[in-house]
Amino acid sequence: MPIQTPFHPRTSELNSSLDWKDWGGYFAANSYNVVNDFEYYAFRHSAGLIDITPLFKYKVTGKDASRFLSRLIVKDISKLKLNQATYCCWCDDRGMVIDDGTVMRFGEDEYFVTAADPSYSWFSRFIKKLDVHIEDVTDSYCALALQGPTSRDILKNMCDADLDSLKFFWTTSTKADGFEFKISRTGYTGDLGYELWIKNEDALKLFDAVWSAGQNYNIRMSGIAALDIARIEAGLIMNGVEYHSSLHALTPEQMSTPYELGLGWMVNLDRETFMGQKALRAENKNGSRWATVGVDINWPDLEELYQKHGLPPHTEAGAWRHSVPIFQKQHVSKQIGYATSGTWSPALKKNIALATIEIDYAKPGTEVNFEVMVEHHRETVRATVHKPQFFNPERKRSILKK
Amino acid sequence: MSKKYDAIIIGGGHNGLINAAYLAKAGKDVLVLEKRHVLGGAAVSEEVYPGFTYSVCSYVVSLFRPHIIRELNLAKHGYDIIPMDASFQPLPDDDLGLCRWGDASRSRREIARFSKKDSEVYGEFSKVMTHMAKLAKEVIDHPAPDVASINPKELSSLLRMGKVFKNLGPELLHMNTKLLTMSSADFLDLWFESEVLKGPMAVSGIIGTFLGVRSPGTAYVLLHHYMGELDGAFRSWGFSKGGTGGVSIACANAAKSYGAEIRTNVNVSHVKIKNGKSTGIILANGDEIDSKIVVSNLDPNRTYLKMIGEDNLPKDITTEIKRFKLRGSSGKVNFALSGVPNFCKKRDGLEFMKGDIAIVPNVDYVEKAYDQAKYGEFSEKPYINIVVPSLTDPTLAPPGKHVMSCFVQYAPFDIKEGPEYWPKLAGKFGDAVQNTIKEYVPDIDSLVEHRQVVTPWDLQETFGLTEGNIFQGELTLEQLLFQRPISGYAKYKTPIENLWMSGSGTHPGGGIMGSGGELSAKSILKEKVI
Ligand SMILES: Cc1cc2nc3c(=O)[nH]c(=O)nc-3n(C[C@H](O)[C@H](O)[C@H](O)COP(=O)(O)OP(=O)(O)OC[C@H]3O[C@@H](n4cnc5c(N)ncnc54)[C@H](O)[C@@H]3O)c2cc1C
Repeated sequence: MPIQTPFHPRTSELNSSLDWKDWGGYFAANSYNVVNDFEYYAFRHSAGLIDITPLFKYKVTGKDASRFLSRLIVKDISKLKLNQATYCCWCDDRGMVIDDGTVMRFGEDEYFVTAADPSYSWFSRFIKKLDVHIEDVTDSYCALALQGPTSRDILKNMCDADLDSLKFFWTTSTKADGFEFKISRTGYTGDLGYELWIKNEDALKLFDAVWSAGQNYNIRMSGIAALDIARIEAGLIMNGVEYHSSLHALTPEQMSTPYELGLGWMVNLDRETFMGQKALRAENKNGSRWATVGVDINWPDLEELYQKHGLPPHTEAGAWRHSVPIFQKQHVSKQIGYATSGTWSPALKKNIALATIEIDYAKPGTEVNFEVMVEHHRETVRATVHKPQFFNPERKRSILKK
Repeated sequence: MSKKYDAIIIGGGHNGLINAAYLAKAGKDVLVLEKRHVLGGAAVSEEVYPGFTYSVCSYVVSLFRPHIIRELNLAKHGYDIIPMDASFQPLPDDDLGLCRWGDASRSRREIARFSKKDSEVYGEFSKVMTHMAKLAKEVIDHPAPDVASINPKELSSLLRMGKVFKNLGPELLHMNTKLLTMSSADFLDLWFESEVLKGPMAVSGIIGTFLGVRSPGTAYVLLHHYMGELDGAFRSWGFSKGGTGGVSIACANAAKSYGAEIRTNVNVSHVKIKNGKSTGIILANGDEIDSKIVVSNLDPNRTYLKMIGEDNLPKDITTEIKRFKLRGSSGKVNFALSGVPNFCKKRDGLEFMKGDIAIVPNVDYVEKAYDQAKYGEFSEKPYINIVVPSLTDPTLAPPGKHVMSCFVQYAPFDIKEGPEYWPKLAGKFGDAVQNTIKEYVPDIDSLVEHRQVVTPWDLQETFGLTEGNIFQGELTLEQLLFQRPISGYAKYKTPIENLWMSGSGTHPGGGIMGSGGELSAKSILKEKVI
């Protein structure tokens, strides 16, 4: 049975829909309200607050911490500057992705790693003789994500951090009224936003300070359902949805490489040996089989299909996560890929999806056919391949002073 | 002589900007000229009082066509709508009032306080209206067919409309006939018994008309407002981020991204006409700019009588255009407030106030307000549609402070002292609105930091809406479809060759919907006149 996060006394009071989910062994609110659109809109118009405590969290310390992480992660972590953060993934020796997460550098020899899956055992088995210590702080540290255009103003009203100059994917330590915490300018919504990291003991102090500072900025609690819509618009993939960790995949077909997931940009090939390097170098040279893309599903086509049944067009409420076949433009019987998740994008007024597709069809602009269910009938509509990122507002990276 | 444009658009209202965007996207050389210092026309945001952004005229968005958002990539250019979840109707005597929510069960329980029967019929009513709205959608998204024509294309578009009607089935078809002929109050009587519930529903039928809720034909206008098609699925109304001017700015940015040129503070005097053809425009300062075509985004009255001029028009057309009814009947009062105006202290939280708040305790209330207007006075106790958008979009006011927008009806343009007398009445009109609100928010006076009163006279003088009609012409049945603005010229054309129209005075009519601009541009491109 899931356990409660340190924020539960507050989040449970605010959860009027009683809609809880198991996320990493914790109770996480799927939505706080029966009508939950506004939890999504908060990310785009004001600020949505999410309890992200269930993320797996590790402190990696020791003289060899930089070398150690650089050996396991596809990105050269030793290049990370003090207080900088990075999004990255790590692979097995076949170059198959195990998990993705963020790494933050809190000291010369001190890193903070977050992951979607439990990762202590995987990381630990490579310490061997290195001067590295890994501490699993998943259950002793908790976190809130505050995401949306007014998130900066809210934080400025409750702590002393210099947020006007804090850049995208940088971190800072700060004091508020009687407690200290860390802020990273990171998130899973593709919008201006921050993640706040704190010891369990001070959880409620942090929550109360953020919540009360947020009252003038239309802060709302947001659940996982809302987060899912935002992350698909932003083209951010999810472990267990867009791909399966190679540690859990049952067949090679279920595994993916960073290149296939659109994470090729984070692979630093030319450096000291790292896990998966050989396989990734070969793939980089010979090309990949699959690609992860965005799909823009033709809305007028769907409208027309519904019209045949005398119905207005319909989409699933919120985001969906199930496999949907994608076919070639010319031959509707030839399957060339599958969507892994999708949503009606309220920001773009488009029906969009993330998909795994054969590399030959991955170029933006490529036309394909997309399967839809309309009144119990399987049909296809036209769709266009897009880059995964559909939504990327300027404010995400904006800084107010140098 | 300066360069010659493919098209000049007179008026940077949202329809003009959309028109420009479509033409520029097709590679045309386009110039937009706006008289005011800001773009947007009646969809405009202005910081009238420091720190507070008012949606000076229009204040909520629902009819905007989603395909325009996609085709012009408006989301990328800043188009951003936040839907509203609630519709609140405060009631006197410290009652809880009636709030209708996105959550159907919650609405049902609220309505049941007034009528158990109505609470259950409410869902059924929405279903029927959704079907009706589907029909209406078919009508708005295409140029109006010309009934007098025997052109096969016209026939086919009539047939398409006919088909939609037929698909409705006999029951709905019957309902449609009723919609076209009944008053909104009578139409609602077919369904509901509670005078309280019917109050805010019936007023949708009179917005922007000089008619009462018991006047025949108003049921159709009710449907026009029901069509709110948000997100491609039928949904309620929403706020535009940064005020309704945000929509116009997004349209302008899209137009610019396609290469259109936009100038503000440019007053067009009239269209240059040679041998019945337009060749460009002449500015108030005497400058001339040439273009292959001109598109007027002004209302029909201004387009025909000022931009073209009676001298260039056949007598019968002048007569007909003068008959086109404008009869403005509403005004706006915008407030900057130092705190939250709580419309019902008995309710928990403020969620009930994040949508619109309608001051219309029952159906008779609006009918009485209309009675006063019939005799040339503004209503002492008007219907007021209020929104406090800063509760949802905090960027509109300083932290903790709020903007409150009040749409007020009736405020007849043709006041008994004469329309020019309006500026002298503005203060009294503002007081009437504030005093009406005071019945529900007793501490309102102490919250007001600034008040902007927009009378029908201001709508004409500042915003260029003749007689202050908010829709560039009443949305009454005889002024819709192939009769908007006048029959024979309902397809964005005018009697002057190369002079087109795009504003809400054309089909399909008023509201921030973008259709006039879009359909007019598509007609221009289809005829390959440029
Ligand atoms: C008070 C009020 C409240 C409303 N509320 C809503 C609402 O909540 N929701 C909704 O959907 N609709 C509402 N409407 C209706 C809606 O705002 C209009 O139908 C719509 O904005 C009209 O857009 P348009 O582009 O067709 O014309 P306009 O916005 O009227 O554009 C015409 C433009 O031409 C300019 N112009 C005029 N003369 C000249 C000249 N000689 N030279 C150059 N430029 C000139 C004007 O300044 C203006 O910018 C409201 C309207 C008003 C007035």
